[in-house]
Amino acid sequence: MEQICVVVGASHAGGQLAVSLRQEKWEGKILVIGEEHYLPYNRPPLSKTFLSGEKHVDDILIRPEAQYEKVGIDFMLGQRVTAIDCQARTVSLESGTEVPYTKLALTTGASVRKLNLPGADLKGVMYLRDISDVENIQPYVIPGKKAVIVGGGYIGLETAAMLRKIGMDVTVLEAADRVLNRVTAPVMSAFYTRVHEEEGVRIVTNAGVTGFAGDKRVQEVLCGDDASYSADLVIVGIGVIPNTGIAEAAGLETDNGICVDAHCRTSDPDIVAAGDCANHHNVFYDMRLRLESVQNAMDQAKVAAATLCGREIQYNALPWFWSDQYDLKLQIAGLSNGYDDVVVRGDSEAGRKFSAFYYSGGKVIAVDAINSPQEFMIGKQIITQSLAVNKSQLANPEVPIKSLLDKS
Amino acid sequence: MPVVTYISHDGAINEIEVTSGNSVMQGAVDNMIDGIVAECGGSCSCATCHCYVDDAWKDKIPPASEMEKDMLECVLEPQENSRLSCQIKVTGDLDGLVVRLPASQF
Repeated sequence: MEQICVVVGASHAGGQLAVSLRQEKWEGKILVIGEEHYLPYNRPPLSKTFLSGEKHVDDILIRPEAQYEKVGIDFMLGQRVTAIDCQARTVSLESGTEVPYTKLALTTGASVRKLNLPGADLKGVMYLRDISDVENIQPYVIPGKKAVIVGGGYIGLETAAMLRKIGMDVTVLEAADRVLNRVTAPVMSAFYTRVHEEEGVRIVTNAGVTGFAGDKRVQEVLCGDDASYSADLVIVGIGVIPNTGIAEAAGLETDNGICVDAHCRTSDPDIVAAGDCANHHNVFYDMRLRLESVQNAMDQAKVAAATLCGREIQYNALPWFWSDQYDLKLQIAGLSNGYDDVVVRGDSEAGRKFSAFYYSGGKVIAVDAINSPQEFMIGKQIITQSLAVNKSQLANPEVPIKSLLDKS
Repeated sequence: MPVVTYISHDGAINEIEVTSGNSVMQGAVDNMIDGIVAECGGSCSCATCHCYVDDAWKDKIPPASEMEKDMLECVLEPQENSRLSCQIKVTGDLDGLVVRLPASQF
């Protein structure tokens, strides 16, 4: 019987995995099953140029249909996989169809965390993850109307920036005492708060949302007895939950994601997982974690494809991320969790260009670079090569960042 | 459709028809050309789509932005004709463009 690799999830990771299988000389069939009706697309533009209407579906597809056809990658779109039978080696679709596999790849991604609060089901309370989410949001995007963003993370702030640019009156409500509190140092939070305020966005911290009010559609966001904010549109961005349901039900090991080894193999050797849904051991930070990023989706997909083709390579890429807001390009190298010192290079209190280097035990573990691509790129080298860098020289923007590599 | 020639570091030559308006990077991604990684999907954020533009074409391409120039300074083996291929938009004027790909994008 001809070999077939089934890929569950037509995501960034799923599309890359299918393409990488062909590059790894997989000769059997490849079938990608996707719940959404679209070929794999770039998600980052959703909160930006896709939301603004500047880009359309065809513009954000990672590859056009003809290119997949050319290399023999089949898609089954608009179909949800409901179960995996690891013994029989089949996956079941919602339609009742059973699809056999020789090898299976899980690139199921993540779903938005929903608010379970009074009024959360009112019209106009939205989430932002998929193309269809944005299409639902777009009719509410009207200049002069009021948008309230719940959650001051990257998604919330990027969306706030775009809605403001379009001309909406925008308020961001953050439950913690600063925006981006989970992922950055206070200096970055203060910087983003300043820039958003300069652009006319209101940022409210310590704002715990308790519910929504309105007649059929949302009109007000409630924060206990303290305050309420009028709203024509609410976008909730409070994180995502990995899609592990079918893996768990099939008996695969899961723990905040589908557990994989260094080669993206799950607890069943014929099944791999990659992307937002995969919990892996990260070699740089010596801990198990799950990453929600394009870099991780692409790099794990390549490793997983190699594994399925019998070539073992290790997943050992440094995590990196980016976020575009207004005229700010933020590039992040590494993970800053657990830092014990931060060195700021440049002026974070005026202007829009500086970088923050996070240290732990005397080593740089992460860099946040605002409009500073050289700091980002050199920072990546400093982290991956564990280079010792003099803090006072690093803090001095007059010392070219590249020269620090020579001296260390 | 304009044709772009991609010459890989090992000498492999790929002549690819690229839709006008698409970037040189997208042409490579669509056709699974290994030498272009393109992690950020074309938003000038990752510098993993570095290429060397053939001298004959250097002046026909709009100059790099400050952001792109800064990133190019930090790529592996930058040269005077280095560009990020996501920032080169293919037009009829660029029919016949030749780009060479570096040994590594990291």
